[in-house]
Amino acid sequence: MSDPTETSITVEVVYRGIFQKTLAQRICRSIVLAARKRGHTGTAFARYGDSPERNGVPAKQFAVVAVNDLELEASMAKYEPAVVDVSIAVDDTLVKGVESWAWYGRQPIWKPVKKDGFVLVTSESTPDRVLGQTDTAERPYTLVVVPGGASFAGLWVFKDDHTDYRVLGALAKVVPDWVRLEDVKALIREQTKDEGAVQSAQYGFDGAKLRAVKPGEGTSGHEVLQFEKPGWTTMRPGIVVDARKPGERNPQYKKYTARTLRPVVNFDTCIKCTMCWLDCPDECFEVTPEGHYEVVYEACIGCGICAQVCPVKDCIVMVDELRFEDNDDKWQFWKKDHDGYNKWFEAKSGVSADPAKVARASTAAENANPAANPTTSAGGDD
Amino acid sequence: MAVEVKPRESSDVETEQLATGCEAIAEAIRLADVDVMAAYPIRPYDGVMQAAAKLIANGKMDVEYIVADGEHSQFEIVKHACAVGSRVFVGSSGVGWFYAFEAIAVTAGLRLPVVAICGNRALDDPGAFGTEHNDSLAVRDLGWLLPWAETAQEAMDLALMAWRVGEDKRVSLPVAIGLDGAFLTHSQQIVKIPTQAAVDRFLPKFDLGDRLLHPDNPITIAPQVDQDWLMEIRMQNDQAMRKAHDVIAEAHADFKKLFGRGGDSPFLDEYMTDDAEYVVFGQGTLALPMKVAIRRLRKEGHKVGLVRLKWFRPFPTQEIVRSLSRFKAVGIIDRDYSFGSPYYGGVLYHEVRSALYSLEKRPTIVGFIAGLGGREIEQPMATEIFEKTKAAAGDIKSGDICHWIGVRA
Repeated sequence: MSDPTETSITVEVVYRGIFQKTLAQRICRSIVLAARKRGHTGTAFARYGDSPERNGVPAKQFAVVAVNDLELEASMAKYEPAVVDVSIAVDDTLVKGVESWAWYGRQPIWKPVKKDGFVLVTSESTPDRVLGQTDTAERPYTLVVVPGGASFAGLWVFKDDHTDYRVLGALAKVVPDWVRLEDVKALIREQTKDEGAVQSAQYGFDGAKLRAVKPGEGTSGHEVLQFEKPGWTTMRPGIVVDARKPGERNPQYKKYTARTLRPVVNFDTCIKCTMCWLDCPDECFEVTPEGHYEVVYEACIGCGICAQVCPVKDCIVMVDELRFEDNDDKWQFWKKDHDGYNKWFEAKSGVSADPAKVARASTAAENANPAANPTTSAGGDD
Repeated sequence: MAVEVKPRESSDVETEQLATGCEAIAEAIRLADVDVMAAYPIRPYDGVMQAAAKLIANGKMDVEYIVADGEHSQFEIVKHACAVGSRVFVGSSGVGWFYAFEAIAVTAGLRLPVVAICGNRALDDPGAFGTEHNDSLAVRDLGWLLPWAETAQEAMDLALMAWRVGEDKRVSLPVAIGLDGAFLTHSQQIVKIPTQAAVDRFLPKFDLGDRLLHPDNPITIAPQVDQDWLMEIRMQNDQAMRKAHDVIAEAHADFKKLFGRGGDSPFLDEYMTDDAEYVVFGQGTLALPMKVAIRRLRKEGHKVGLVRLKWFRPFPTQEIVRSLSRFKAVGIIDRDYSFGSPYYGGVLYHEVRSALYSLEKRPTIVGFIAGLGGREIEQPMATEIFEKTKAAAGDIKSGDICHWIGVRA
C-alpha cells in the first residue's frame, strides 16, 4: 500500500441503505477533500439514484484519490469499482456478507479488496469476533476494527456521533501515503470548528485495532449466492419476467443481509395469536403443524415489527445479528431438543425461556423492544 | 455582433469546488445571473434543481425558481419568460424531456434562446436511469444547438458559452447541453469556479431588442401560420444555425482568453492524434475510458487516438472532414441507436459518414454501439473497438456494419 509506484487509491464504503447514506457520503467526500490538501485530486461517487438504496439493504459509495487527473480517468465514469484498496463497513453485521439487487447475489465483505488491502469495520467487538463472522479469506488482508457501534439515521437527517471522523482517523493510520492524519484533522477543523470532532479523528487513529488475516481465516458458514444475468436469447421477449407464485419466495434476492438484528422466538410462551404472521411486511413467518409461527430467516430483514406487535413479553426478542452463524430453521431445533433450544434462546436473547418466569405484558406497547428499530437504538449487547 | 472581451486580469482568481456535473451547472446558473428557472423532478436533472435550490436557500443566488406541474409546463414557462426578456434555464432527462417535446419543438421556431440541460438518460420502459444519448438526439433536427460535455468543468464552461452563443442576435436559438446521467451528472469532480467579474466580461446582458414582449413594445408572438409561411420560417432557422458555427468559434476564443480553458478547437477535442493511424470518435464521458485505452495500447506500439465531438449541432462538418481524413480508419462509438437505419448504425455514425461522403480519399468508417443504458465501457470493450477499427482499414465496404460491443448473447 505504501508502494510509491501506485498512482491512485480506491476506497469503498459499504453501508446500510438510507440509514447510513449521509454517513457514507460524508466519509467519501472527506477522503477526497483531505487528500486534496496534499495536492492529490479525486472523485467521490454516491450511489446513483435509489437502486439499490432501500432501508437497511447494503449499498456502496466510493472515493478515488489519484496523483493527477490522467490517473483519475481510469476510475471515472463508473458506478462501482471492481477492485479497491480499502473497504470500509460502517456496521459490523455487514461482515456476514452483502446482497443487493445491484450485485446479483451475496458478496463476501472483502470481495473487491485487493491482496494486502484493508477491511475497516466500525464495531464494539474484538477483531477476532468480527473475523469469526467474515467469509473465509481467499487472499491476505488486514482487518481494522474502528471503535464504535453502528451509526444509524434517516434519509434526511444525520446522526452526528463522530463515526465519520473516527473512520477517517483510522483510514489515515493504514494509508498514510494518501490520507494524512494532519490533513484529516485540518479538514475537520475547517468544516466543524469543533476540537472534539478533531479529537475523534485522533481517537480513531489511536484506537483502531489491526489484525492481519491470512488466507483460510474466517468462516465458511455463509451460503454462496451468485446469479448469471440472462442474455437476449434466454430472456422472455417484451421485457417480461416471471411473477412469484403464491407462497414462493424470490430465489434471486433473499434480503437477509439487510438485517442488523434478528427475531428469536420462545415457542413455549407463544400463544399462536397470528399477529407476527399478519403484520410481517415481508411475509417471513410460516405456520408450523401445531400452529406456531417460525421465522424464515432467509427472507427476514430484521425490521422488528413482529417483536413490536407480539403481545407476549419476551416471546419475540430482537438480537444482534453478529451473534448468529446460520439462517437455519429454529422450530425444528426446538422440536428435536426442547431444553437445548431453550438454553440457546436464553444465551442469545439474554432473557428467560421459562414461561413461569415470564410475566405477561399488559400491552403490546410495553413489550415493544426499542432495539427493534435500528433508527433509535444500536440494539443488542454482549 | 461580437462582444469585446478584455484578456485575463490578475484579479480573476478562480476558486475550487468538489462538485457534481449538476452542481457545476448550478454554479453556472448563479454566475450567469439567470432570471427564471423552471423545475420538475426527474433523475438526473433533479440534481441541478437541488443544487440550485440550495444556492437560493443559502442566499447565494437570486433566481425566480418555478416548480412546474410537469415537463411540458416547465419548458413553456421558460419559453414565455424568455419572451419577456428574462435570461432562463431549464432542463430534463429521458422521457421527461419527451413529455416536454411540444414546447421544446416550438421554442426553436420562436427563436427564443432558452438554455437547457438534458441529463442524458435511457428512454423507458422499463425505468432505466443510465445514460443514452437518444433523448438529446431526438431534437437534433429541430433547431436546438447541442453541445456535449465530458467533465463537470466542461459542463459549467459549456453552460456559460450556451447563454453567450444562444442569446447572440445572429443566432437566437435555444441550446441543450448533453450531460451523461450518473457518469457526469452525479460524479463529483474538482471544478474551477470563475469570478463574477470575469463572467460578467464574458457574458453580456440578455437583450431581445425589438422582439421583447412588453407593453412598451406591443407585438404578438406565435400567431397561427400555414404553408405560406412555414418554409420561410424554417429557412430563417437554418440561417441562424449556420451562423452559430462562427459565433461558437468567437465565444470559444474569448472564453479561452479569459479563463484559459477549452482546448485548441471549439468543436473537436483531439487526443494523441498527431501520428495516429486509427482513431475512435464519440461524445460525452465515453472519451474517458477510451483515453485510458489509448495510453495502454500506445505502450504496445499501436498508433491510436481519439477525436471527441463537443458540438453536435451545429455539426462541424469541415472540421471533421479535415480531422478524420488524416486517418486510415475511424471507429464511431454511438451511445445511441437508430433502429432500422442504414447499416443499422447509430446517429453519429451516419452523420460522420455523410460528412465524408464526397471526399476522394476517405478513411474506412466503422460503427460501434456501446454503453447503452449507462453500461460502463470497460477496457476489453475499448480494445475490441480499436481492433475492429484497425481490421477494417483499407476496405471501405468493411465499414458498412455496426458492431454491438459488450452485449450478451
